Amino acid sequence: MEIFLQQVLSGIATGGIYACMALAIVMIYQAIHTLNFAQGEMAMFSTFIAWELLQWGIPYWAAFFLTIALSLVGGFLVERIIFKPIENAPLLSHIVVFIALFAIFNSLAGFIWDFSIKPFPSPFGTSTLFGSGLIGAHQAGMIVVTLAVLLLLFIFFRYTRVGLAMRAAAANPESARLVGIRVSMMTGLGWGMAAAIGAIAGMMIAPIVFLEPNMMLTILLYGFAGAVLGGLTSPGGAVVGGLLVGVVENLAGIYIPVVGAELKLPIALFLIIAVLVFKPSGLFGQTVVQRV
Amino acid sequence: MSSILSVRNLEAFYGAFKVLHGLDFDIEEGGVTTLLGANGAGKTTTLRAICGMTHRKGTIEFGGRSLVSMKTEDIARLGIAHVPEGRGTFATLTVEENLQLGAMTRKRDAALDSDLEEVYRYFPRLRERASQQAGTLSGGEQQMLAIGRALMLRPKLMLLDEPSFGLAPLVVEELFSILADIKTNMNVSMLLVEQNASLALELADSAYLIETGTIALSGAAEEIRNNESVRSVYLGY
Amino acid sequence: MSLSEREATSLEAREAGTAVRATSASALAQVGVLAVLVVLPFVLSGFQVFQLNMMLIYAIAILGLNLLTGINGQFSLGHGAFYAAGAYVAAIIMDHFGLGYAWTIPAAGLVCFVIGFLFGLPALRLEGIYLALATFALAVATPQFLKLSLLEEWTNGVQGIVILKPDAPFGLPLTPDQWLYFFTLAIGLLLYWMARNIVASRSGRALMAIRDNPIAARSMGINIALYKALAFGVSALFTGIAGALGAIVVQFVAPDSFGFVLSVALLVGLVVGGVGWLPGALVGGAFVVFVPNIAEEFSKGLSGAMYGVILILLIYLMPTGAGGLIRTIADRMKRH
Repeated sequence: MEIFLQQVLSGIATGGIYACMALAIVMIYQAIHTLNFAQGEMAMFSTFIAWELLQWGIPYWAAFFLTIALSLVGGFLVERIIFKPIENAPLLSHIVVFIALFAIFNSLAGFIWDFSIKPFPSPFGTSTLFGSGLIGAHQAGMIVVTLAVLLLLFIFFRYTRVGLAMRAAAANPESARLVGIRVSMMTGLGWGMAAAIGAIAGMMIAPIVFLEPNMMLTILLYGFAGAVLGGLTSPGGAVVGGLLVGVVENLAGIYIPVVGAELKLPIALFLIIAVLVFKPSGLFGQTVVQRV
Repeated sequence: MSSILSVRNLEAFYGAFKVLHGLDFDIEEGGVTTLLGANGAGKTTTLRAICGMTHRKGTIEFGGRSLVSMKTEDIARLGIAHVPEGRGTFATLTVEENLQLGAMTRKRDAALDSDLEEVYRYFPRLRERASQQAGTLSGGEQQMLAIGRALMLRPKLMLLDEPSFGLAPLVVEELFSILADIKTNMNVSMLLVEQNASLALELADSAYLIETGTIALSGAAEEIRNNESVRSVYLGY
Repeated sequence: MSLSEREATSLEAREAGTAVRATSASALAQVGVLAVLVVLPFVLSGFQVFQLNMMLIYAIAILGLNLLTGINGQFSLGHGAFYAAGAYVAAIIMDHFGLGYAWTIPAAGLVCFVIGFLFGLPALRLEGIYLALATFALAVATPQFLKLSLLEEWTNGVQGIVILKPDAPFGLPLTPDQWLYFFTLAIGLLLYWMARNIVASRSGRALMAIRDNPIAARSMGINIALYKALAFGVSALFTGIAGALGAIVVQFVAPDSFGFVLSVALLVGLVVGGVGWLPGALVGGAFVVFVPNIAEEFSKGLSGAMYGVILILLIYLMPTGAGGLIRTIADRMKRH
């Protein structure tokens, strides 16, 4: 039993990473109703920017918030410049542009900062939480940061005008225009916010997995899984989903005989799919009724 | 009667296909103008053209400004509220959020709160369902929500696209009596597109009849109602 | 005849004329492309013939994907898995059982059809983004699956399987590269012909009905479950055969060559060629083979970025792929 609990805790610790990523994914889904495959690479790129700022001697928290601000603007510009010309193109064409962005960010990062593995500092230190040996201080800090971002997002969407306008623009762009909302601005802002949250995710994740251009791919996958499991319409669900994915991945590795350790990722993914077969809108998602 | 919206030689296109062939009409300020016609005549297209939701050419003047090259959201900000075909409700948001969205471009002040109150007075059922998901409302309630949202804009002009569509007769009667109330109590002009000609002509002051993209007949509502061919084709007697 | 009647008849005549012109233009284009494909291997070097061969192979794989996504509307980000399955079937048949390469084609097709159909069954309940995620999981799982120690006896694990390149049969005066190319071309033409027949048949219309309006399709009596699973099966069959051909031509299969990068490449090829436009598969295949090389020519260090830029520019120019572009040109010509 004790081992089980330890594994669960350990899973929650890794799950914190996925929860953070999942939150950024859901954020962008709320703004544009598609999954951005380049999200991980953009987060990675932001983290490299932070690293560069730190190299220039800027103190941690200043670099942290400066990176968030830069990512906010960057995400907004990417949407306005790159996606504007294909506003009316079909979904698959958009997905291909995401893939192109993935390639561009990955390649640029490798070119500017090379592919060697770099350490990235944590503001929470490297010991365990209050010396308890249960969970790392950084892991715990990461979960706290994720929850804080979640709370801010909740307040933003529920209680601010801009948040409502953004939800409306994503839900029904035509009707949103009819009430005077500048839908393209809202989409751009949504991208900016997603990029900002991605930057936070990247800066939280890098101390654990180390900073290098290919660090985000598997995390992005797990993040997708967590977001979908929680329900793409629910930021809280995304966080829970991410944590669950971490736990499932860990337990699958230990408890599924023979193949468990080798197939951790596919097993986690397939378990999520199994959930989706029974509850397509995810654990906490809204079921949208489709009328013919 | 002065005209709040003036349209001359309006042409509209779906892709390369021309569906409106040079419409001329005026909407009198403070009154209800109705646009009648059969399915596919071009009534909805006219409303969409005014709001910039479809490719259009011609002259559209509103309060001294030309709308023909403006974007939909900017036209809305001028005070034109469009209640679209199919209601256009934000299904995943609550009823109250839908109404708040109507006032999105207004300053947040006390007038906004009192306007919300007034909408609930016109449509008490909406108050009951204020925190319900809008998509779960019945057709009639969604139509009321759509009109309520339009009112929250404090519009100078309201465009209504077939409010009676798909609704039971009793619900339609209730809806139109509320529209009559709004007409009497509020200073808002209306352009009403309707297939239900008799109800529309009761409410309206003036009427236009569209057939395949051109205006076939125009005049005071009373006149049109008594017109022989209109009676036999559209009113059924 | 009244003026409007005369107008109508002349419009009909003009449209009929345009239709005839369009069909003969398209037939001419198809014959032209085929002629070029037949002549090229005799004027190009061995390596270039190999590249052309890979282009055809990816075109076949994309054709399979097009049947599933373009015609039936089911997303797949995991077609690399079926390609891998076909490749390994071919490798195992030739290496373990010592059979000739010709046998690998129907074997790969059959095995992949079954795998595809079986995957299509649970996929029935998934739509859009969820199906994309499920197929993506499949793509990611494939290399790990192939490396499983359980299966090592057959797959040879991480080291992979080497295959010998077959010679041209009956002593034909063709190099092995050229022979394999024509072998692929013949199979490709056969599969393309099959695909066109499927699309033009009642089943094809049922598949498209399911894509456009599944609720209406069901109310017309179409067995959605059966058709969707079959679509997966047939699509996997095509891509599996492509995989088998790929194994023979590359002469090597190993788990890491079948990662999600392959699935992504197939999807990109599909969109660039034109979703729902079957001939676009050839354009897609060309893109997959040649554009990464072009990107690398530009700058070794920034080849990925260059690839991304080329891709974005292509999408700007042809948002609906080559197929969409051709359709727009055809439309414009119709108006004259």
